[in-house]
Amino acid sequence: MALLSIADALKSAIAEEMRRDPLVFCLGEDEDIPGGMGGAFTVTKGLGDEFGYERVLNTPISEIMLAGVCVGSAMMGMRPVADLQYGDFLFCMMDQLVNQAAKMCYMSGGKVHVPMVMRAPCGASNRGAQHAQSLEGFFTHVPGLKVICPSTAYDAKGLMKQAIRDDNPVLVFEHKLLYGSKRKEKDAISTVTEVPEDDYVIEFGKAAIRREGKDITIVANLLMNYKALEAAQILEQEGISCEVIDPRTLVPFDYDTVVASLEKTGRLMIVHEDNYNCGWGAQLGSWIAEHHIFLLDAPIVRVAAYDVPIPFSPVLENYVIPSKERIVEEARKLMKV
Amino acid sequence: MSKLPDKERALGMYQRMSLIRKYEERIYYLFLEGIMPGTIHQSTGQEACAVGMLYDLRTDDHMASTHRPAGHDLAKGVSLKSMMCEMFGKDEGCCRGKGGAMHTGDIEVGALVANAIVGGNLPIAAGVALAYKMQKKDNVIVCFFGDGATNEGAFHESMNAAAIWKLPVIYVCENNLYSATTSIAITCNMQNPAADRAVAYAIPSEIVDGNDVLKVNEAATRAIKRARSGEGPTIIELKTYRHGGHSRNDACQYRPKDEEKHWFDHDPVKNFRDYLITNKLATEEEVEKIDNNIEADIDEAVEYAQHAPFPQIESALTDVYWEGK
Ligand SMILES: Cc1ncc(C[n+]2csc(CCOP(=O)(O)OP(=O)(O)O)c2C)c(N)n1
Ligand SMILES: [Mg+2]
Repeated sequence: MALLSIADALKSAIAEEMRRDPLVFCLGEDEDIPGGMGGAFTVTKGLGDEFGYERVLNTPISEIMLAGVCVGSAMMGMRPVADLQYGDFLFCMMDQLVNQAAKMCYMSGGKVHVPMVMRAPCGASNRGAQHAQSLEGFFTHVPGLKVICPSTAYDAKGLMKQAIRDDNPVLVFEHKLLYGSKRKEKDAISTVTEVPEDDYVIEFGKAAIRREGKDITIVANLLMNYKALEAAQILEQEGISCEVIDPRTLVPFDYDTVVASLEKTGRLMIVHEDNYNCGWGAQLGSWIAEHHIFLLDAPIVRVAAYDVPIPFSPVLENYVIPSKERIVEEARKLMKV
Repeated sequence: MSKLPDKERALGMYQRMSLIRKYEERIYYLFLEGIMPGTIHQSTGQEACAVGMLYDLRTDDHMASTHRPAGHDLAKGVSLKSMMCEMFGKDEGCCRGKGGAMHTGDIEVGALVANAIVGGNLPIAAGVALAYKMQKKDNVIVCFFGDGATNEGAFHESMNAAAIWKLPVIYVCENNLYSATTSIAITCNMQNPAADRAVAYAIPSEIVDGNDVLKVNEAATRAIKRARSGEGPTIIELKTYRHGGHSRNDACQYRPKDEEKHWFDHDPVKNFRDYLITNKLATEEEVEKIDNNIEADIDEAVEYAQHAPFPQIESALTDVYWEGK
């Protein structure tokens, strides 16, 4: 066992996979310049030392190229792990991700596959509207892409290793306030925990139950999972018992775990930092309504960022992003229905 | 050797450069104290680029900046108080607290909201220039970007459009040798990442010492004349260096110490101050008075901004769509 933050857990996953498979390589802006940071959040720092700069590429600021060389090299059997610095720049590479990576396998009639990983730091952290978005829901809409969002160090290692071994394009959303790297972020949550040093993977499509409960099922990802757990603690004292589920991967999505929980609770709350309109919660909510409406004793509640760009001012940002207080309040209301 | 400017002009330029230097120093200090939220990308060391390029623009001309906007904004005339309020996330900030350090700007004085997407401002500047042209205005826009931005597709698409349509835009590359921690030498095989590529689009270019405000200003004068008279775009590559790290947390350990020393010795503000005194354009006392006044203005702006009210929380939900004036 080793005590690792998410940043360190991701690093060890990438390093272990690079040791295991010579076809794995990583690339990105400021990926690992000696004396530099190792991406924007230290994840790839030091990899150049071990693997050399033929397998750790410091790229120009060229997102279209970054995504495109992943697609091309992956089609030729390589396993690229790219780092985007901030998920917001996904929009700069949209064509290569959505028109190319996601469609190659299908358009070729299943003859070609694209085993690439794109790492996208996400979440609001007082940096303003272009360095703040939670875009995981956006990409769940694209057939051909897998979307994962690890929120613990243990999951980060196991899911990243699985992502690298997966034969399809995988987008990894990593929350800036959960990295726990040495780079200090205001409001960051420490994710340092014991992580096995040996090889393990976590299968996609398996949610984790972070807390058991019997009154409300709360499904929340990334930072919001931690906020939901804090809220659950407060609600417990009021006699409201919450089951908190972390989906861990959004595509594929583990509906079964949510359904099993609803069989106990009959009440569903979904919490995400992505904004309300068409966030991944909209899909989960409507799927439950379509297939299991009779499990529900009350309307589904979605707690999400308001439908605005993320403002800079801390007072505004705190208001727009769901807080534990908002979760508590919505839970109280839900129990009164 | 540059032609000696007249005294008023010279002191005007010095005043702006000194303002930017002292503003950035104060912001840095406020961050270290933990008083200021967010992150910062500072322009300390690059003051001559901003002031030399923008000194002769009219208020109704425009300027498009990057994630490192403070120098450009102050040089274009965004008010010190509204900048400081924005940095603190206050309602009287130039973006009402919604923008932040990477998005400062004020359209009232021709400073577009700064763009934190590297390369994002380049096609927008072409669009602004296209509008001038379609509306038969004689305005020009100065668009700043870094050495790193020249590797973006947006750079190449914008240059080509500006060239074929002869747009009144001045593309200014502040080549400070690094994009974040990465040396431009490893991401571009050209010695001059912007100027050497200008030929590919048949755009005239100049390479200028970006730490010499008078040389920068002379290049700006030529480019502005070209743009206003309908001769089209110019690419100006300014050789410069940032004095601090890329952003708040960067200790700059990837830069060779002798390289840093070379550039720090070639300090644009200090050199211009010495130049003014050596050439008897100003006395020590006059320069000191300018500096002291700036310090006092900054003290006042910080004091003001710290006590200014935060925006009403509900204002977070407005301005998503234009609501009229
Ligand atoms: C599209 C995009 N990619 C990456 C980044 C992250 N980033 C911010 S500044 C920067 C370096 C920019 O270098 P340069 O263009 O030389 O400007 P400088 O910072 O030196 O002023 C990077 C990579 C970004 N903001 N936008
Ligand atoms: Mg640069």
